Amino acid sequence: MGNAFSPGLKVLAATTLRRERRLPIAGDVLVGMGAHVAAEHVVMRTELPGPADMMNVISMLGILPGELPHYMVKKEGARVEKGELIAESKGMFGLFKTRVESTMTGTLEAISPVTGQVTLRGLPVPVEVTAYVDGVVIERVEKESVTIETTGTFIQGIFGIGGEAIGTIVLATQAAHEELKPEHLTAAHAGCIVVGGSFASFATVQQARALGIRALIVGGLDDADLKRMLGYELGVAITGHETLGISLIITEGFGTIPMAGKTFDLLRACAGMKASVNGRTQIRAGVMRPEIIVPRPATHAVDERTTRLLLELGTRVRAIREPYFGRLGAVSALPVEPVELPTESMARVVAITFDDGTTATMPRANVEVIAIL
Amino acid sequence: MTPTPELNVILATDCGSTTTKAILIEQRDGHYRLAARGEAPTTVEAPAEDVTCGVVNAMQEIEDLTGRRFVENEHLLVPRQPDGSGADAYVSTSSAGGGLQMMVAGVVLQMTAESAARAALGAGAIVMDTLATNDRRRVFERIERIRNLRPDMILLSGGTDGGTVRHVVSLAEIIAAADPKPRFGSDYRLPVVYAGNIEARTAIQATLGGKSALQIVDNIRPTLECENLKPARDAIHDLFLEHVMAHAPGYKKLMTWTSAPIMPTPGAVGDIMQLIARRESIQVVGVDIGGATTDVFSVFRTEAATPASAQVFNRTVSANLGMSYSISNVVAEATIPNIMRWIPFDVDERLLRNGIRNKMIRPTTIPQQRESLMIEQAICREALRLAFVQHKNMAVGLKGVQQQRTIGDAFSQATSGATLVNMLTLDMLVGSGGVLSHAPRRQQAALMMIDGFAPEGVTQLAVDSIFMMPHLGVLAQINERAAIEVFEADCLIHLGAVVAPVGTAPYGTPCLTLTLRGETHTFATGEMRVLPLYDGETAEVTLRPTRHFDLGAGKGKPLTKTVRGGVVGLIIDTRGRPLQLPEKPAVRIAALQQWNRALQVYPE
Repeated sequence: MGNAFSPGLKVLAATTLRRERRLPIAGDVLVGMGAHVAAEHVVMRTELPGPADMMNVISMLGILPGELPHYMVKKEGARVEKGELIAESKGMFGLFKTRVESTMTGTLEAISPVTGQVTLRGLPVPVEVTAYVDGVVIERVEKESVTIETTGTFIQGIFGIGGEAIGTIVLATQAAHEELKPEHLTAAHAGCIVVGGSFASFATVQQARALGIRALIVGGLDDADLKRMLGYELGVAITGHETLGISLIITEGFGTIPMAGKTFDLLRACAGMKASVNGRTQIRAGVMRPEIIVPRPATHAVDERTTRLLLELGTRVRAIREPYFGRLGAVSALPVEPVELPTESMARVVAITFDDGTTATMPRANVEVIAIL
Repeated sequence: MTPTPELNVILATDCGSTTTKAILIEQRDGHYRLAARGEAPTTVEAPAEDVTCGVVNAMQEIEDLTGRRFVENEHLLVPRQPDGSGADAYVSTSSAGGGLQMMVAGVVLQMTAESAARAALGAGAIVMDTLATNDRRRVFERIERIRNLRPDMILLSGGTDGGTVRHVVSLAEIIAAADPKPRFGSDYRLPVVYAGNIEARTAIQATLGGKSALQIVDNIRPTLECENLKPARDAIHDLFLEHVMAHAPGYKKLMTWTSAPIMPTPGAVGDIMQLIARRESIQVVGVDIGGATTDVFSVFRTEAATPASAQVFNRTVSANLGMSYSISNVVAEATIPNIMRWIPFDVDERLLRNGIRNKMIRPTTIPQQRESLMIEQAICREALRLAFVQHKNMAVGLKGVQQQRTIGDAFSQATSGATLVNMLTLDMLVGSGGVLSHAPRRQQAALMMIDGFAPEGVTQLAVDSIFMMPHLGVLAQINERAAIEVFEADCLIHLGAVVAPVGTAPYGTPCLTLTLRGETHTFATGEMRVLPLYDGETAEVTLRPTRHFDLGAGKGKPLTKTVRGGVVGLIIDTRGRPLQLPEKPAVRIAALQQWNRALQVYPE
């Protein structure tokens, strides 16, 4: 017998967790240490450099690059409005001048006597960062970041699309094995985070978008439906930037798969509460999974960072590969010696007793620890 | 670097994106051999955020296996201690953190920009995008592209010496306008290598000097007929160490441990491929198919090469073709019908698509059932095929060091881009990466490579036993003999040779007569068979193709060749080239099953 580290997902009823909020470039931090913030509060603000454009002024004026500075009406660093004159030719007797007007409002950044190009920089783009979760500011790095700490329920999904969303949790199906259908969704769900059971079809997601639902949480999804939603075949699992107007989180995998009972029950217990969810997923080194955070007071909260995903006797696991895909159970044995699989590969295995009492042996790589507390 | 003959105990690691692989090499009885191997998760990410933790953990596995001490107080014991613990040298490669990601720019897409891409790829980089004045994008689109991609480094080329200044400075202005920030940290400036027109240097310095860590090197294309990649490649390597590596977590410490500079993993694999091709005087294609990326390497002789034995090395990386993280991208690029054509049983498309997605979101899972294995190996065939298509498109025209060409050649290179890859003259195809190295049967690796690369004529097949080519590539920097001895004794597993006539004819019609050790065998079109020729054996084969087929001597012309055996044997593939499978699903499945049985690819 032994134990091993294994990939896994966290389903924690009461935990303490922290979320660092970071500015893309240096800016202003608007909250102080110890401040209580709501998820929607703007905690930092900055301005990104505006978009750039380059104008081939010499070809417009019919001059050589070296002559350009003499024809410029505006100098480097000058503020310009869209349509404002920036350069003009001498014309004939002061008449018939060719005028070059700015293509954008912003700053004239550079005049190149080598290429004859003029670089324009648009107005800075304001960026605001919200707190994302209700909580307390426990760390503040001037001009860069804040860290918000909260207690509450924390559930990781396996895959998601769409970014951050905040809303009230509503259950739209009665059971974890029930498919979420369009008729389950109503106008009362607008602005909410809706929890379904085993599956959501393309039609269901479209209905949710039409109703203004902020996020859907279900067990599974079809790959073909994902392609229809996105309008393209997702190549690499790096998501979160989609602009569908809705975030979607699946907790189990692709296909019709009942949501794990504990996950469904925990979400049921959170019904009516405010939640912060993020569909962002990155499956690379430094994996990021989508998440559901429900801030609420907790007297015995465990620290999310110290929750270990250890595979040992009795550990609750999910099979994540055929032929047992999606089935849940507990570890009943961890043989040390590698075992030959039906493929003829040798692999270290784990024996699982499923919830229905049956048992099976599978590669350790094919189980996922569910950290439930 | 001067070889150090007294090296008897050598440690080497490859710090990959997910796993750090360590090997121990020892010299015994005058020969270097692999002594032990260990691995541990790479620790570039939180919570450790220090690559050396993964190195130490992998070394501790070697300690467990050998019962010897190589680590003390979280440090490697180098050099060897009086009590015999530790090693004489330590070397490492790295692709952690996504490897070296570059953008390249040149005035003309097919000329200087293509040369720049070859220089970056040869240095071990992933080329994220290529900018050129004729890339059909508007200026603001190019600026946005640079800002969004956030490369680790940019290589700017353009103009022959004394040629256009304005166009290359215009590209520099675009880079300056984008003002890109590097991926790791905002406290250092983006490295830019300028390898263009010598007369534009002052203007380039004025444009980019204040906004980037600019390094100016010799022109990559000093004249139209001449390509000079080495100075740019060297500068990329230096900047990689100085800027990118030094800012990745823990690398400053790792760099103080190594006996030679850390190399990008693909750069090291490329070096060992070139070394072997040079020593054996053979033409080689190699592939390393990983979870996220697939690298293809080729070493070919060209008629233009001087001297005649000189060889041209090319490397390409297909950044999003791989067997775990990138598996869905293989499907997106290959399309489902092309995956399904290699699966030897009926499969429901919905289940197939969802199954592949489930592998994408849980990339560390392994096939437990035979059918799952067959599906993964079908996807591998397409990943290899697509990566090889990309390689053939990039490995064209000019060679990597100074080469004299006529003006006519230069223009034909720009327009035709004829590939240097000649499958009929290829001597050896080498496979590496988990799906090939760890296939349960070597026949599976052989067939995946045959289907993915479609070798022509007579080609030797081999696989890297446990993925140690990166280690040996970097080891060659300090001890070439050690690298070669371990490569030959422990790294390469010879699978055998494949005979594949080029041409097409209806299945069942005569294709080939083969004589091996006095026995004559006939083959109809559409067959796959294996003849016994074991590892260590060599034999002369006489091949007589029918008039529709060519084995290198011309259509219908006989050919006699000496072939080397391997753990699979001598494989005869008369399915024809280009490779075409039966269109009707039932016929195709029956054919796949028959070929699999003939080669004993899967258990019955």
